[in-house]
Amino acid sequence: MTTEMLLIGLAGVLAAAAPIVFATLGETLTERSGVINLSVNGTILLSAMGSFAVAVLSGSLWLGFLAGMVIGAVVALVVAGFSISLRQSQVAVGFVLTLMCRDLAYFLGNPFMGLSGPRLPSLAISVLEDLPVIGPLFFQQDLLTYLSFILIFVIWAWIFRTRSGLSLTSVGERPAAAYVRGLRVNRMRYLYTIVGGALVGLAGPAFSLSVKAGWKGTISGLDGYGWIALAITIFGGWNPIRAAFGAYLFVFLQWLGLALQPSLPGVPSQVLQVAPFPLMIMALLLVNIGNTEWVERTLAALPDSTRMFIARVLRSLRASPPASLGVPFEHE
Amino acid sequence: MRTGVLGGVGLRVGAIFLALAFTTGVLLLADAPPLEAYRQIVIGSIGSVKKITDVLVAWVPLVLVTSGLLITFAAGLWNIGIEGQITLGAIFTTGALRLALGSDVPPALAIAVAILAGIVGGALWALLAGLLKAYGGVNEIFGGLGLNFVAVALNVWLIFGPWGRPGVASMSGTEPFPDSFSLPALADLRLSPWAVVLAIGGFALVYFLLKGTYFGLRLKAVGKNPRAAFVLGVPTVRYMLLAFILCGGLGGAAGAVQVTAVYHRLIPAISSGYGYLGLMVAMLVNYQPTWVPVVAFFFAALNIGSIQLPIVLKLDSSLAGVLQGALVLFVLGVEGLRRRRPVVKATE
Repeated sequence: MTTEMLLIGLAGVLAAAAPIVFATLGETLTERSGVINLSVNGTILLSAMGSFAVAVLSGSLWLGFLAGMVIGAVVALVVAGFSISLRQSQVAVGFVLTLMCRDLAYFLGNPFMGLSGPRLPSLAISVLEDLPVIGPLFFQQDLLTYLSFILIFVIWAWIFRTRSGLSLTSVGERPAAAYVRGLRVNRMRYLYTIVGGALVGLAGPAFSLSVKAGWKGTISGLDGYGWIALAITIFGGWNPIRAAFGAYLFVFLQWLGLALQPSLPGVPSQVLQVAPFPLMIMALLLVNIGNTEWVERTLAALPDSTRMFIARVLRSLRASPPASLGVPFEHE
Repeated sequence: MRTGVLGGVGLRVGAIFLALAFTTGVLLLADAPPLEAYRQIVIGSIGSVKKITDVLVAWVPLVLVTSGLLITFAAGLWNIGIEGQITLGAIFTTGALRLALGSDVPPALAIAVAILAGIVGGALWALLAGLLKAYGGVNEIFGGLGLNFVAVALNVWLIFGPWGRPGVASMSGTEPFPDSFSLPALADLRLSPWAVVLAIGGFALVYFLLKGTYFGLRLKAVGKNPRAAFVLGVPTVRYMLLAFILCGGLGGAAGAVQVTAVYHRLIPAISSGYGYLGLMVAMLVNYQPTWVPVVAFFFAALNIGSIQLPIVLKLDSSLAGVLQGALVLFVLGVEGLRRRRPVVKATE
């Protein structure tokens, strides 16, 4: 493989990861407030279909993107309403929505199947695009990919460098204490669920108007990405930068599978296509296993030097969820 | 609970109307005639004896899966990996039948052993999700989902690779088994009475376990409050793993039925989405066994009836999923409203 091919491939990975980055960032925001929005997979399908349909009917890419975000926000509003105000299980509501939105997408998307629609043009940034290596990777992408780069750092800064971010964390970790300090816990959870949902919704048009332009119903190949995004949120330890790293790693592995296929004729394509999923399980195992009791017990029995080493490795990988994730808050 | 049984039924009927109203809105949005669509679903599902038996063909795996899920739900577990457990059941059953084909085992015995193999396959796949949760700290939802994708890949690989039809390996599945290696069906119908017996047996087992045994009681204790159950001497991890095994076994039985009584071979989409559908049925019956057979019949009827939609009205059959989802969602909603009322009064 030549360097040029490698660069093109890696630039493709950065672009193809944009939808997953949006979904993962959105879910990270939502979960940091203490709400799990499990509807991601269905939301992405519905917003992909909806934004494509709007873009085709109106002829406007921007209306398409807007529609995707509105769909995501509305689905998230349902999750918030059912779980916060009606106190139903977040997992149950999210799961039903993920299935229902998928079926809605396939049902309503039927007339739009295979139509040709607008596609976001790539937009090289002058001067910077000519830089060696960095140019092709970061400055010859489309607008949405640039947005995905920027949002990673904006959301990271929002969470870890602003007062609002501190409030967000306290709502997700210790809602009762946050409430006493004057924060309106449930209102903030609504807000972050909806904003996070809008970002998840942006993943839809990022697919249907850019990365995998068009709508092809069940063979669009989008079913499953939402679940991946949810797993990457955990892998990312609820930190936008680590989550984005997870998203790029996932897409990179997928690309690697495709790129290696010709040189591995014995391995069927189906196996390489799902290779990321066992890896996802392994990754979740790595970030979680340090939290389990038997590991602590086993470690305690090991000689000091070995124990310190393993403990350090596990601690660096470990990710703990916001303490009140999935727990409804009810003030006195 | 304060609103009483009648109030509960009233709210549920209200939820059904809301779900129908929502689905009607969706149909109007798609520029489709709602009444005609509903009429086609009814005709396509209970319009004739043959259609009703077709619904029962779908009812069998759905009841098996939902019954299994009630056990994991009782233990407080979200076994989303059920889809993969159905698939592994089908794979093990197919493997056993393939072995039997080459030997002189009597077909009846081969089918029985193959179904048992399917149960074991589903149970093992579920146990894997359970071990990942118990000893790896991997949430069963994500472990299960990952395993679902792996199961699908394994299945497709078998169909195209080692078990492929000689020369023409394709999405249509493996070489069909001879008739003698299928559960016998009723004359001219797709329904096998043996499969129905299996479903009723699975449901009865779960009903008995949950309602009539200490095992069920302890399982519910683990689900409600694992720490308290552990302090009271219930081995929580063992109960959790056992719940996975039982549920996976019933899922595997559903996969075995799909192979031995429905498709007579292994196909890529062998689980037919019954796992996810079973999760919805379980939610709709509020995780209690009594209404499972009825609600499962209703959901199966929607699935079978909606097959008419693309043929007659050029609509996508996923309308069934929209109606099912809306139904569960609105039932959850009215349930939330019902529980909310007394709370509001108490704080006044």
